[in-house]
Amino acid sequence: MSIQLDFPAVLERWPSFLAGAVLTLELAFFATVLGALIGTLAAVGRGSRSAAIAGACKFYVEAIRNTPLLVQIFLVYFGLASLGLKLSAFTVAVAALTINVGAYTAEIMRAGFEAIPRGQIEAAEGLALSRLQIYWHIILLPAIEKVYPALTSQFVLLMLASSVCSQISAEELTAVANYIQSDTYRAFETYIIVAVLYIILSLVMRAGFWGLGLVLFPRRRRLGTPL
Amino acid sequence: MGGHLNINHLMFLGQGALWTIGLSVIALIGGGIVGFVIALARISPLKSVRIASAVYVQLIQGTPLLVILFLGYFGFAAIGLKVSPLAAAGASLTLYVAAYLGEIWRGCIESVPKPQWEAAEGLALSRTQRMMKVILPQAIRIATPPTVGFMVQIIKNTSLASVVGFVELMRSGQIVNNSLFEPFAIYAIIAVTYFAMCYPLSLFSQKLEKRMGRGRSNLAPA
Repeated sequence: MSIQLDFPAVLERWPSFLAGAVLTLELAFFATVLGALIGTLAAVGRGSRSAAIAGACKFYVEAIRNTPLLVQIFLVYFGLASLGLKLSAFTVAVAALTINVGAYTAEIMRAGFEAIPRGQIEAAEGLALSRLQIYWHIILLPAIEKVYPALTSQFVLLMLASSVCSQISAEELTAVANYIQSDTYRAFETYIIVAVLYIILSLVMRAGFWGLGLVLFPRRRRLGTPL
Repeated sequence: MGGHLNINHLMFLGQGALWTIGLSVIALIGGGIVGFVIALARISPLKSVRIASAVYVQLIQGTPLLVILFLGYFGFAAIGLKVSPLAAAGASLTLYVAAYLGEIWRGCIESVPKPQWEAAEGLALSRTQRMMKVILPQAIRIATPPTVGFMVQIIKNTSLASVVGFVELMRSGQIVNNSLFEPFAIYAIIAVTYFAMCYPLSLFSQKLEKRMGRGRSNLAPA
């Protein structure tokens, strides 16, 4: 039993790995931004007075959170195709990841909304703030500040989960790896390199979110403690 | 194209669903055992053990499960072992689940109130006794809702084993689709089946969490 690893043979494909890593980050970026938007709307919708809107949002969140991403990606991929829409694999991947992360974001944001003390909203009403002002200043921003750590780790998980998009041949990092290993027959080495790249990407993302948090939430930085 | 969805196809999907449950149980038991060791190692008095287990958790949590599955699949081959897709997927999922359950359980062990540790020490219990008789029985209560919640993740994640050729629910769906080519209908059936497996667990986890919340507010110090 001997292990012979040949990393140089695989490493010389570094431009492909790099392109794959960049595409993974792009996928993660678009899905994060759009998913955060949809998720926040769904979280607001779940608190709606209209039973239909609240029910629809609950259905969305539960349906997504209780089925695998792989199945969702295939459903979006073939669903859009059967509607006659011809979209690139990248677009489909962004759409599926957005729908997926939106549901998780909604659940996290809902926890944030519930953590806002009732008295703060009453105080804002007492100060004659409009409904929109209350939503923005008293509920939304403080809620995001509270759940920021949970949100960011969800987004890092999303970046890792985007590897599943290789199954619909979006050319991200794992798809690149699949291609390179079938070309070089150096499967183990290829996936070790890709694993290292993913670890680097997740460390970079975490550092980025940490820095962003310092800029976005100066109050948190001044207090030096989580709120 | 290749005929219609019939009872044989559904039987095949049902068999796949059973394998999904089987693989989930393997991952839960394997990951639970390794994860328990990780949780204890993370709070070990030895610094080297603490660091080693923290590095393990960071490495696994920074890598997609799909890549871990490929590493398991090709890793056994690289060291000259021929293993079945079930063994490769089971081993990879075990390593993956262990890192997450280890972190969840460490949090639960650490959230047992500090005076409990001190009181146990004051009663001259050994470290093992303290753990087994005082801390763990309380930690298990705290750990039950998040663990049940994580079982949902495990079931969903076994779908990735389809990629390394293990015929569970997802893979059996792909096989059926290859002969019928009705992807939307088949994947919708698959999605509903996963939902039927996961949603009861999600609800159970939420219920446990609510019950815990009540219990704990009663225990809150005056």
